[in-house]
Parts: sequence; C-alpha cells; structure tokens
Amino acid sequence: MAGAPFLLVILPFATLFGVVGTEAGLNLAQVMAFSVLVIAGASQFTAVQLAADNAPTLIALASALAVNMRMAMYSASLAPYLGAAPLWQRMLIAYGLVDQSYALSMTRFETDPSLTLPARVGYIMGSFCILAPFWYGATLVGALAGTAIPPGIGLDFALPITFLALIAPALRSLAHVVAASTSVLLALLLVGIPYSLGLLIAALGAMAAGAACEVWMERRR
Amino acid sequence: MTQSPLEIWGLILGLGVGTFLIRFSFLGLIGDRQLPAWVLRFLRYTPVAVLPGLVAPLVLWPAATDGAADLPRLAAAAVTLGLGLWLRNVIVSVLCGMATLFALLALLG
Repeated sequence: MAGAPFLLVILPFATLFGVVGTEAGLNLAQVMAFSVLVIAGASQFTAVQLAADNAPTLIALASALAVNMRMAMYSASLAPYLGAAPLWQRMLIAYGLVDQSYALSMTRFETDPSLTLPARVGYIMGSFCILAPFWYGATLVGALAGTAIPPGIGLDFALPITFLALIAPALRSLAHVVAASTSVLLALLLVGIPYSLGLLIAALGAMAAGAACEVWMERRR
Repeated sequence: MTQSPLEIWGLILGLGVGTFLIRFSFLGLIGDRQLPAWVLRFLRYTPVAVLPGLVAPLVLWPAATDGAADLPRLAAAAVTLGLGLWLRNVIVSVLCGMATLFALLALLG
C-alpha cells in the first residue's frame, strides 16, 4: 500500500500521455501499446514528440531509449537484492521496473536488510501491480478524452513535481546532497548535448561525486 | 505526423523491447554474483544522481512555456522540494506543489 501515494502522480501523467498521443495523431491501439509495452512516461513523450515533429523513426527511437538508460543503473543497483531470483521472476521484475516501483523497493530493501528473497520479489512486483492498472487505465481515459482536457492547466508539470517529491527524502547524507547538486549542475551545463546524453554524463559524474564524498566522510571519522 | 503505420508500430515495438532489455540488463546478466564494493558505493547514489539532473532543466526551462522560466512552476518546485525536505512525505509534497501551481496559474493566468 506504500505505492498508493504514487497514484496521484501516475494518474495525471498517464492521462496526459493519452491526450498528447491522440492529439499527435496516434490511434487508440498505438497509444495503449505505448503505455503497456514501454511503461516509461518520459520516453513515451519523447518518442511521440519526435514522431510528431517528423523526425526519422530511428532518431526518435534512439532518443527515447536514451531517456531510459537510467534504468540500467536501477537494474544494477537492484541486482544485489534480487539477482538470486529465478529467471522468469527477474524478467517480470524487469518489465515492471519503473521509477516509482524502484524508489519504493530500494528504500524498503535498504531500511530492512533482513527481508528474504521471496519477500523482496513480492514487494517490488506488488508495488508495480498496484500501479500498473492505473497507468494503463488513465492512458485509456486520456486517449478517449482526447482534446476535451484544456491545455495550460499545468498537467505538464506533474513529472517534475513528482520527481522533486521523491528526491527530497532521499537527501539523507552530505554525500547524497553532493551527488544531487553535481547532477543538477552538470545536467544544466550539458543540456545542449543531444539525445539526453548530457543527463547520462551528469548522472555518472554525480555518482562519482557521491561515492568520493562518502569515502572522504569515512576517512574523517 | 507523416510516418506510415508500419513506422509507428516499429517505433513502439522497438522502444518496448529496447526498454525491457535496459531494465533486464544487470538483473539478468549479473544474477546473484556480488558486485565489488566500489560499484555498490557508486550505485548507492543512482537515484539522487539521475533524477535531479532530469528535473532541473524541466523546472528552469519548462516545455509548456517554450523554455521560458516561469514563476508558477518555479514556486511549485520550491514548495515541493521544501516540504519534501521538511516533512519527508511524498504525497503531501506532491499535493502542495500541484496546489501551488494551479493557484498561481489561476492568479497570474
């Protein structure tokens, strides 16, 4: 039930994708296929935006995939907790590895190291299963509502608000603050690099800064 | 949009399969082998390394205003972050952030 707060975030975001996708010229099956097969809002918006701008399909695909490269890091950070699970379970976990289920699960796994493997698998799959029907359903509502939702009411800002609310409680130590600050600084400086590659470079730099700060704090102790 | 339906479906399927492979990468390949300590130390900072960099340009240069910094969105971001730091409660932060945004957009409209 810890996933419940995220519904307030997922519902407007998925609805917005339904609206935007329909307005960009996708049919209902295409809009729904995006939300069921990809389940990654930021990359879905990227793909639709570029397709609407008549970018080459391969460029649209590469850009949208770059937005999702952060999930390789999610996958890597979950591997120590979930790597011993059977292959089919890891495949299901991978399908449902979204920002929100990742954030919930990592917090849970870190605060309770005594959790058994089945309990961890159950937790991450459970948090996705609570969120998924709302993601699919809200996309459908948005696609059907189409142009009925007026633009300019600020739904565009649901994503940044969500992420900010997630980031704040994660700033647990000086090293976390250093990593976050480095990420912001580098991402803003590198914003001109195409295909979201600037974000990937910023993230790697921020992880290095956080790790270096942690080592420094341990030495001082 | 001038793409053929085939191109659109190729984009959807390619993004779906590619995203799955990205998510599966380390979970699938590494399994339960223990990663070196320095890798784990790096990975501890994954969320705070990715999400702030993703959000910062969206807050400063919102697409909805064609990239012009805008008071309602800056204020909403500040309220969300401030409350999140203070209360450590995601739902309250999101609600107050969106309320700030709607109120200021309505006022300054």
